Amino acid sequence: MNLTPQKNAIAVSLKDVPQLAIDTFRTKAIELANNGGLVLSFFGTPKDDQVAIYCAIGTPANSEIFVFYTVVSSTYEALTPHAPQFHWFERELAEQWAIIPTGHPWLKPIRFLQTAYNGKNILSPDAPIQPGVTDYFRMSGLEPHEVAVGPVHAGIIEPGHFRFQCHGEDVFHLEIELGYQHRGIEKKLVGGPDTRTPFYIETLAGDSTIAHTIAYTQAIEALYNIDVPERATYISAIALELERLANHTGDLGALAGDIGYLPTLSFNGRIRGDYLNMTGLLCGNRFGRNLIRPGGVRFDVSKSKVDELKKRLATIYRDTQISCDLLWATPSVMARFENTGVIAQKDGIALGWVGPTARSVGIDTDARTHFPFGVYKTLQIPVATQTGGDVYSRAKIRWNEIEFSKSFIEQALDNLPEGPIDILMSEPIKHAPAPEQLVVSLTEGWRGLVCHTIVTDKSGKFDVYKVIDPSFHNWFALSMALRNEQISDFPLCNKSFNLSYCGHDL
Amino acid sequence: MHRSLIARFRQGHRTHRYPKSPPTLPDLFQGLPVFSKSDCIPDCHLCSDCCPTDAISFSAGSFSLDMGRCLFCGLCQEACPTSALTFSHDYRLSTSSRKGLIISESNANKALLVESANRIFRRSLKLRQVSAAGCNACEADTNVLGTLTFDLGRFGIQFVASPRHADGILVTGPVSQNMKLALQKTLDAVPSPKLVIAVGACAISGGPFKDHEEVNNGISDMFPVDLYVPGCPPNPWTILDGLLRLIGIKTPA
Repeated sequence: MNLTPQKNAIAVSLKDVPQLAIDTFRTKAIELANNGGLVLSFFGTPKDDQVAIYCAIGTPANSEIFVFYTVVSSTYEALTPHAPQFHWFERELAEQWAIIPTGHPWLKPIRFLQTAYNGKNILSPDAPIQPGVTDYFRMSGLEPHEVAVGPVHAGIIEPGHFRFQCHGEDVFHLEIELGYQHRGIEKKLVGGPDTRTPFYIETLAGDSTIAHTIAYTQAIEALYNIDVPERATYISAIALELERLANHTGDLGALAGDIGYLPTLSFNGRIRGDYLNMTGLLCGNRFGRNLIRPGGVRFDVSKSKVDELKKRLATIYRDTQISCDLLWATPSVMARFENTGVIAQKDGIALGWVGPTARSVGIDTDARTHFPFGVYKTLQIPVATQTGGDVYSRAKIRWNEIEFSKSFIEQALDNLPEGPIDILMSEPIKHAPAPEQLVVSLTEGWRGLVCHTIVTDKSGKFDVYKVIDPSFHNWFALSMALRNEQISDFPLCNKSFNLSYCGHDL
Repeated sequence: MHRSLIARFRQGHRTHRYPKSPPTLPDLFQGLPVFSKSDCIPDCHLCSDCCPTDAISFSAGSFSLDMGRCLFCGLCQEACPTSALTFSHDYRLSTSSRKGLIISESNANKALLVESANRIFRRSLKLRQVSAAGCNACEADTNVLGTLTFDLGRFGIQFVASPRHADGILVTGPVSQNMKLALQKTLDAVPSPKLVIAVGACAISGGPFKDHEEVNNGISDMFPVDLYVPGCPPNPWTILDGLLRLIGIKTPA
């Protein structure tokens, strides 16, 4: 059967989302995922006494999104053996809704929830669940040894547990256990929107506040079927690119730090703060908190602020360029970046990687180009790609994106349309969004594709609020990068991805 | 080699003169809340109605704002028809006591107090940072203190890798159930006497995640806290001010 495609951030009636029999559902999901499709979202929700499984797959080539669902009671035949992209999603489904995908090659918790959302516990029925306590892939023999790191790491970073299988200095496999950051946000979003909703969204991953907030607001705006003033979409896009500039600059500095190259580390640490202060100029908060809300933005950018932003951007970009050029011109830096932490394109396609991780192996998916939203529908931004799949590729992509974002912001500031910055949402927000609708909302954060999916119930309240942070797709790429790598290169490889723990754990 | 020297020269000297001169903050920065009882309309309560974290209350008709819960979103300021509640530009928000974070009718517009820590920490304070379900914003604004703009090292304060080398811990995040044990073990590994610092609304009260079954509403009920730094996230200058006053260094308003 043929499915009707949807577009990014356009709400559809739940009646138009096809319910498929489990066999057709499996065939369709596997076919789409293995033919250029990217699994955007795959989640359960209770339906009568059973569980409905929704699947949203995007095809970047033609900007289409296919959503369909099936209903299962306790088990179904896993999709993962036929389409590996589903591996993390099916583990999540089993943990959240106690549904067993039979034949899943490595079925275990991803967040160490105490019980599933429906109170059941199938992954560890006999013993209480403890974070990090689970089966690990292990090598046997006299020589191999195991190295365990975390959850508390040596630095100011979030917690996670890493288990390396080593032979001497060489890593055969790295297994990553997360869930230490789990705050139960998705569960609390159900029944919204309410006064706390935007604050949950802004703290899903604090360093990607803007990316998540845009995904949230455009989903809400789709549910209310309203158009946001153009000036507001410009201001939020400027904030999104500033977020990218700050984090990419910080990452390049940290990569230099991990190989002991201190000039770029010191310069970029300061420059990153300068970009954050530009966001601070927009709204008072360095992370863009309180800037974007459904219907527009809360603070306008005056003429004098536009000039100030332009002036600062020119100076700060010049400093960034001087600092980052050192990396490419220093042979000892290049020797450590090149051919370290290599990942392969075929794995990226099979496992559904996104963002700079995917672009470092030549997969050019970028929501700003392939699922355009807001200003990006008219103002184009180039996609940076590399093919090496090593630390160098991921570093270079960040640099290219810094160049592109800088030009984009200049262009946006020059062409900032006049007009209001929001439409009054206070009236509609008092009554709930349209009932029984579904919307898939995509944005491109600095780590990659952010996907928010909302299903509303009969009264228009959130029945499901599903968040997929780019890190959810990409954590396994770090495991792949460590294979046959020396354990001492772990910090460098890790930083080249710089994934979010709380964005994954929610 | 010559390239890095030229780059160094072009980057210039960037360390801020703080605490000799005051910090530079954006014009929209929301600092210490200021309450004016004479302007407040009795039984209006528009401010407490829109607060996402119930930071504002009117018990027995008397106003109080708990900065430990406040996300500094400014919605209350927008809602207030008479500007009885406003956010000032004062970035110095830290206190030594949980109670000190509560702005009420009786203590409105009084300076917040930080008691200096034990003398032995004054010239050398080593801290172990633990993120316990923090969203990486408080972490980032703490980490940034190590950059050359702030240059935390010049005050003798340093973040160290091992709790065994530390004089205290600086906690961010609401403390997820999954991190509770790891956090307790980290604090236990710090030799006494030790300091505990809570940075951000989450670590102080649970922030937006207050009363979720998955979190512990911060560290306030887990162990004694020596310094509370409110905000979501606190500006780096706010954190630095708290740390400096903790070791007895005066900071500019």
